[in-house]
Amino acid sequence: MSSLASPPNPTALGRQPSQPLLWLRRLRPGVALAGALVAFLLLATLVPALLTGKDPYAVDLSATLQAPSLEHIMGTDQSGRDLYARVIYGARESLLIGLGATALSMALAIALGVAAGLGNRWVDGIVSRGLEVMFAFPVLLLALLFVAVFGPSAATEILAVGIGTAPGYARMVRGQVLAVRDSGYVEAARALGHPYGSIVRRHIFPNAMRPLVVMFTLGVGQSIVWASGIAFLGLGVPPPAPEWGALLNAGRPYVTQAWWLEVMPGLVIVLFSLSLTTLGRHIQQRLEGGISR
Amino acid sequence: MSSVAQTPAALGAPGLRQEPLPPAGASADARARRWRFAKRIGGRLLGALFVLWAAATFTFFVQTLLPGNRAQLILNQQSSQQQTYTAAELAPVEAKYGFDEPIMQQYLDYLGGLVHGDLGTSYQQHLPVLDIISEQVGPTLVLTVTALVLAWAMALATILFTSRRRRLVSSAGSGWEIFSAGLPYYWLGVILLVVFAIELQIFPVQGGTGVVGLVLPALTLAIPLAGFLGQVTRDEFEKVLDEPFVTSARARGMGDFQVRLRHVLRHAVLPAVTLSGWALGALISGAVIVETVFARPGIGNMIVTAATARDVPLVSGVVMLVAFVYVVANILVDLAYAVIDPRLRA
Amino acid sequence: MTTPSVTQPAAVAVPHDPERDLLRVENLRVAFGEPGAEQEVVHGVSFSLAPGECLAIVGESGSGKSVSARTLVGLTGGRSRVQADRLELDGESLLEMSDRRWRSIRGRKVGFILQDALVSLDQLRPVGKEIDEALRLHDWGGRPARRRRVRELLELVGVPEPEVRAKQRPYELSGGLRQRALIASAIAMDPQLIIADEPTTALDMTVQAQVLEQLEAAKRRGKALILISHDLAVVSKLADTVAVMAGGQILEYAPAERLFARPEHAYTRALIEAIPSADSRGRRLSPAQRRAPLGAVERRPESDGPVLSASELVKRFRGPDGVDRTVVDDVSFSLGQGETLGIVGESGSGKTTTARLALALLDPDGGEVSLAGEAWSGLPERSRRQRRREISVIYQDPLSSFDPRWSVEQILLDALGEEYAGAAAKRARAVELLELVGLEQEHLKRRPLQLSGGQRQRVAIARALAPQPQVIVCDEPVSALDVSIQAQVLDLLADLQKELGVSYLFISHDLGVIHHISDRVLVMCDGKVVEQGSADDVLVRPRHPYTQKLVASLPALERPAPPTEPLREVAA
Repeated sequence: MSSLASPPNPTALGRQPSQPLLWLRRLRPGVALAGALVAFLLLATLVPALLTGKDPYAVDLSATLQAPSLEHIMGTDQSGRDLYARVIYGARESLLIGLGATALSMALAIALGVAAGLGNRWVDGIVSRGLEVMFAFPVLLLALLFVAVFGPSAATEILAVGIGTAPGYARMVRGQVLAVRDSGYVEAARALGHPYGSIVRRHIFPNAMRPLVVMFTLGVGQSIVWASGIAFLGLGVPPPAPEWGALLNAGRPYVTQAWWLEVMPGLVIVLFSLSLTTLGRHIQQRLEGGISR
Repeated sequence: MSSVAQTPAALGAPGLRQEPLPPAGASADARARRWRFAKRIGGRLLGALFVLWAAATFTFFVQTLLPGNRAQLILNQQSSQQQTYTAAELAPVEAKYGFDEPIMQQYLDYLGGLVHGDLGTSYQQHLPVLDIISEQVGPTLVLTVTALVLAWAMALATILFTSRRRRLVSSAGSGWEIFSAGLPYYWLGVILLVVFAIELQIFPVQGGTGVVGLVLPALTLAIPLAGFLGQVTRDEFEKVLDEPFVTSARARGMGDFQVRLRHVLRHAVLPAVTLSGWALGALISGAVIVETVFARPGIGNMIVTAATARDVPLVSGVVMLVAFVYVVANILVDLAYAVIDPRLRA
Repeated sequence: MTTPSVTQPAAVAVPHDPERDLLRVENLRVAFGEPGAEQEVVHGVSFSLAPGECLAIVGESGSGKSVSARTLVGLTGGRSRVQADRLELDGESLLEMSDRRWRSIRGRKVGFILQDALVSLDQLRPVGKEIDEALRLHDWGGRPARRRRVRELLELVGVPEPEVRAKQRPYELSGGLRQRALIASAIAMDPQLIIADEPTTALDMTVQAQVLEQLEAAKRRGKALILISHDLAVVSKLADTVAVMAGGQILEYAPAERLFARPEHAYTRALIEAIPSADSRGRRLSPAQRRAPLGAVERRPESDGPVLSASELVKRFRGPDGVDRTVVDDVSFSLGQGETLGIVGESGSGKTTTARLALALLDPDGGEVSLAGEAWSGLPERSRRQRRREISVIYQDPLSSFDPRWSVEQILLDALGEEYAGAAAKRARAVELLELVGLEQEHLKRRPLQLSGGQRQRVAIARALAPQPQVIVCDEPVSALDVSIQAQVLDLLADLQKELGVSYLFISHDLGVIHHISDRVLVMCDGKVVEQGSADDVLVRPRHPYTQKLVASLPALERPAPPTEPLREVAA
């Protein structure tokens, strides 16, 4: 007898032999749909004219407040403008607001989270207290305060959503950094005599920041939801821009007669955010399955 | 350091593991423990005061960033015109609101006012902010607290009945949580309004403050929060289901539902309880949207009008109110946490 | 019981009286997975048990021992399928039972005890409530009667002041007391059969002894007992019959005396051989492994003084309550070249902190450590860094000590010094290191997650060897491994020491392991050194009462006589 316990079968643990396009066949339908929708909206931000022949600003008083039909798949608004065209043309600004807010929020979160995670007890204490204060300002109220002071604009939206969502992410980053800092492999690297700077660069940063890819994906969807909520209240981009939140605000007075003015742009936002969540979770599973425990 | 053979030490309070409590000294020990607990609560109160102070400071200095002359803004709001006033015309306004004093003096006055419950005077309505808020805040608090209770009930029911069941049931449960957690209030509210109030006419379109009118707004606020709390709890719940003490309980002859209800749930709700303090603050801001959708009275409509009219003291007042609710809610959460997990009292 | 003849097949070696049997299991098979894609993990296992007797099922992880026992309480899990020709408890078939009927069996007819009470009792509830729950679930008596019964039960398992203890939660009780409470909750309804699944794993040695004592008491009271364990030594005292399992089958099934005296199956023999103890010193524990010869690795030049020494080390930590706790208190030792110093102690004794002080990953609050005769602990980290290559470390959990993104190759290259110029030379050296620890070049591209537990620990050893250190601090390096893998790793460490002249500071809670590998031993208790000296002096003739207690609680295995001279000793 050569060994008491049979070691696990190496081929079972190793990588599957790679086949071209195998990943496409293994893709789950939900993930594929989510990917398709995100790709479609990204295309809308770049060349909206490709996806609709209609002009988002063209007023047609003979066709106001029409319910969805083959001619106007999302219906028309009170001025007879095609809602689908407005949604497509509004994608760019909406996505930019979402990206901007998420980028601001992530930048703040990384700066604060890393400082708290790597700094000494004092830095950590100050940053953690600061985060607690930030938690006391919900996104929407921060937006209201900023609008009251600076007036409504896309920049105000970005600022409010970015600052308002930052503490949650910052706390996660801090937790990640702390977990990696106290991990066995960081101590092993110390025991090998590697300098602290190189440990931070080679172990702490890459491992602590890995979940941020997923967080960013989820965050963009969430930011768009928040920003459109602000715009819904009339505190966002002023009309007649076709930005999604602005569409929601414009449709508010007609909700009892023309539900599609609220439901359709909202549906696009929900589906987009849900798709990003699905993609983010998919990436997360792939990352966890591939590398970490 | 991770390499300790006796990992369970990490699970309990390490100091208490070594020595059993001597029964003779038990009362002295209990006293010491109560003292430590009191000290912790004292620390929490100080922390809460700090958060309030910092929130007030932030709010105050954001106000001073207001572009242009504030007295000018106030006079324009009164007359609903855009015109330039002379210094002589502005002076009485500046004196009334204290704009003529140095900024540090204004800051100290603001803080002093807060201590006495003075949140300032509305630019637009010329009434104390506190009076305006207290008149409007009732329905909003009713709405948010109802929504919080409703959200917890929905989240727990979903978890108890769908977590770790047949694959179809489990994925339906977790899928619903992911979906509902991402639903924007305005969209969900409009859908509920269109379906139940306009099409089916089960509920009134404008419900007022009665119980019937509370149903749709509270559901709108509760459903996304339930999804969020459910997501947090589900992860924990499934982890706890694999713990050996759960197997122990089953091996005693306990049925599945009893195990979930009596053992697993208590461990699994802790993360969601922690988040509830924050959630209450977020619910108030969600209420702003929901009140707008359902044209429901409350601070929502008031604050949107105030923000559009740039009535900064009124908006700041509401912001401070939410910070206060957040702080109080978190102290309650701390107490709830200690009741659920007695290890923290030790 | 009569000794079965050697020619008989092992599986039917134990005669039993069907009239007396409480439990009869024949051809038990358990499969997991979706219908159609099921995977069988227990392939036709049979055993039986009479009241007042103890059956031990022994095997390594994945042997199917735990799953087999759990079929008797119907807790094999949701996607499992249990089949058997016979699965009978007290004349009643346990096959195809409804959930309701299972619930009436569990706790009432079968008591089930799982390892550490710190994880197998609900931490948020007082232990009295847990015991009461076992009674309440089976509608036993009213509230006052149950309260009396809880008290009686706690007294029965030897818990002093049961009224007070019943109100405490597991984490407020000492290890021994909460373990007793766990047993009380399992035997509350006075079940005829008690199953203990790894009842001593992860427990401190002295607590282990108390648990075994309680199980023995239950057996004396006429209960049938099934003991599941990976540790032959633990079961040797209690078991009347032993079933050795591997790969879902019983390989040998025999009366305990016979099995330990004359193991028939090669697997059983190897398993017994693999147990490290005083008797196994200087002998290999595992069948010899093919391993590369030394190659270019140089042996350390001889030196006189200690390579590592510590004097009067003190380390304090601040607890969550703000009170300082002295974790290491006045610890001194010295380690010579090519020597192994074992540090043994229970959890919380300060042995791991001592290891970190030796590695200068922590700075002591008093005393100092010197490395190769030169100052070490007092130096600033900057000057220590160059010398860190002289002392390396192996942890209990190798997986967490590897960056999850890295392959074995990256891990080893990272540990190599500047002396290897060029990528090719470094790679060649990495392969050499792998071969030195019994792995091969093909493992270079793997990630640690794709390796088995034993292979991971070998990679960790290779990494520790890479800087050519004088001292390797081994912190519980074999505690998470199965006995056979533990044997291989211990053999490997011994070989490497012989070949390279490296010194080990070897930390373990396991007296057997410590006795097997150490030249000298240091016994720690509550941060203090209570006894130190040569391994035999300390562990065979302990002087300090604590060491005596430790040694007494070590479950000794009745060893078979050495195979070379089997019968002469018995005759003499």
